[in-house]
Amino acid sequence: MVDEMPAFPGSVNKILQMTSSIDCAPKDLVQVIEHDPVMMAKILKLVNSAYFGLSREITSIKHGVVFVGLNTIKNLAISIATMGMLSKTGPAGLDMNRFLLHSLGTATVAKLLGKRLGVASDRATDYFVGGLLHDIGKVVFAQFMPQEMARALKRVEVEKVSLPIAEMIEIGADHAQLGGMLVEKWQLPHTLVTCIKEHHSQEQNGNTNKVLDCVVAANIMIKQMGFGCAGNLVEDRLPGHVSARFGMELAELRESMGNLDEELEKANAFICI
Amino acid sequence: MLKFTFRGVRGSIASPGPETVIYGGNTTCIEVRAGSELIILDAGTGIFPLSQTLAPEFPLTCHIFISHTHWDHIQGLPFFIPMFVAGNRVKIYGGQDPVTGKGVQEALSRQLEYAFFPIREAELSAELEYISLSENQVVNIGDAQVTSVLMNHPAINYGYKVSCGGRSLFFTGDHEWPYNIYEPDDDDYQLFEDHIAQKRKSIIDAVAGVDVLIIDTAYTDDEYPAKKGWGHGSFSSSIAMARDAGVKHCFFTHHEPTRGDKGLEKAFQAAMDKHPSQPGDPKFHLARESFTFEL
Ligand SMILES: [Zn+2]
Ligand SMILES: [Zn+2]
Repeated sequence: MVDEMPAFPGSVNKILQMTSSIDCAPKDLVQVIEHDPVMMAKILKLVNSAYFGLSREITSIKHGVVFVGLNTIKNLAISIATMGMLSKTGPAGLDMNRFLLHSLGTATVAKLLGKRLGVASDRATDYFVGGLLHDIGKVVFAQFMPQEMARALKRVEVEKVSLPIAEMIEIGADHAQLGGMLVEKWQLPHTLVTCIKEHHSQEQNGNTNKVLDCVVAANIMIKQMGFGCAGNLVEDRLPGHVSARFGMELAELRESMGNLDEELEKANAFICI
Repeated sequence: MLKFTFRGVRGSIASPGPETVIYGGNTTCIEVRAGSELIILDAGTGIFPLSQTLAPEFPLTCHIFISHTHWDHIQGLPFFIPMFVAGNRVKIYGGQDPVTGKGVQEALSRQLEYAFFPIREAELSAELEYISLSENQVVNIGDAQVTSVLMNHPAINYGYKVSCGGRSLFFTGDHEWPYNIYEPDDDDYQLFEDHIAQKRKSIIDAVAGVDVLIIDTAYTDDEYPAKKGWGHGSFSSSIAMARDAGVKHCFFTHHEPTRGDKGLEKAFQAAMDKHPSQPGDPKFHLARESFTFEL
């Protein structure tokens, strides 16, 4: 059923427009795909699937472009784009523009945090992808269980509970579980699966996963900054092991990142069409 | 025993005529004899002259490996005579289309639709079987092994390594080495370079040490810049690959349809002059229709 899930309006429009010209610059196309959680997840799913049977994990779109070819990635993107697009606010009441902004913001900050931990530039993409996809489960709920998701969002507003708790009450699973299960089934890279599954865990659960810790911190930071919104209004604190990783608490970490406007403006530029 | 005969060496479109009588005008098809097995690499128009020689072997079993489903590699398939004769077994192998999810049988059944061909797939008398391949899959055929290697082309294109009795050959199908889509001063340039190096290594490792490399060499170095991204190699890129993989013989194929015999030999000579022979170099050859090579 998720196979039929359309992508975000901005990227769908851009892909269709760009690919109608034979001179479409590959790097522009890659950039659009990299900024849409649905496109990203679906293409990573395909290139990591048994169709190709590649012996290595494909962890990013660029990686996919080199291993399965530019034209294949391009045509996969076109086939997703022609499926239509997510509505701006579906019956679940999740504002897709603000959701995308939250995902892109988290991706951007997670990558910056990764760099700060001294991660090599060839792995920094994992942090971006982790941030971009961490809430993919919410899009699936909103698309396929809109009534239940609407009730969960309402509960967050009225009862001031966290979204995962509200989802558990209304749906019986939270978006982290669902998203994690999906990408695991899709054979997406292991680090990414953990990232999605565990991004609300307060404990380490035996995961010493740098990407996860950065996504957790980025997610909380972006929420606190009010950059976009993905339905969860409760303000979290950094889990103990995450603040231990950075050697500081949330406020200090945010402070030490300096001005994020310029970086986040790039994310903003991808919304609104 | 491993030997092969070129049945078609042209790229893109068949190009018969007085200018191509020496090297031939049929599109890609290579007949491989591995022990007692018949393995056919690609089904361009060259598969038709091959099929005319096969009657004495009926009833036969043969294995057709399709590198990819661009026309010049499949167009001869409906004219593969053994398919029309009961008692023959034809196995067709190839990749799946990741966009449509369809397997290699599409290559044949769509060509056999009413509007394109008078005989329907259901009317073929031979026993047909389709096998979809993924990357690095090993198919055992008698004493031979065929291994698929994902190359780089604007379609899913598998190169095939055929090994038998300690001898081996590798056919690239259509292939262009991936190039960097970023400019040197872009942030992602180096990252992309690293991916390219990784991909190159994975292909070279798969090809390393084969006796014969048969490689897509559509363009001269002068022509290549204008055709970048079209999915084909050049003389220089082919020579580099043959050297890196340490092969003994390298056959340039997928000749440009507009390049006549004289032009082809001129282009070959220019490439040899540009890359003077080094110790341990492979022997370089132009692929020529009907030419047989025993390994
Ligand atoms: Zn071709
Ligand atoms: Zn081709």
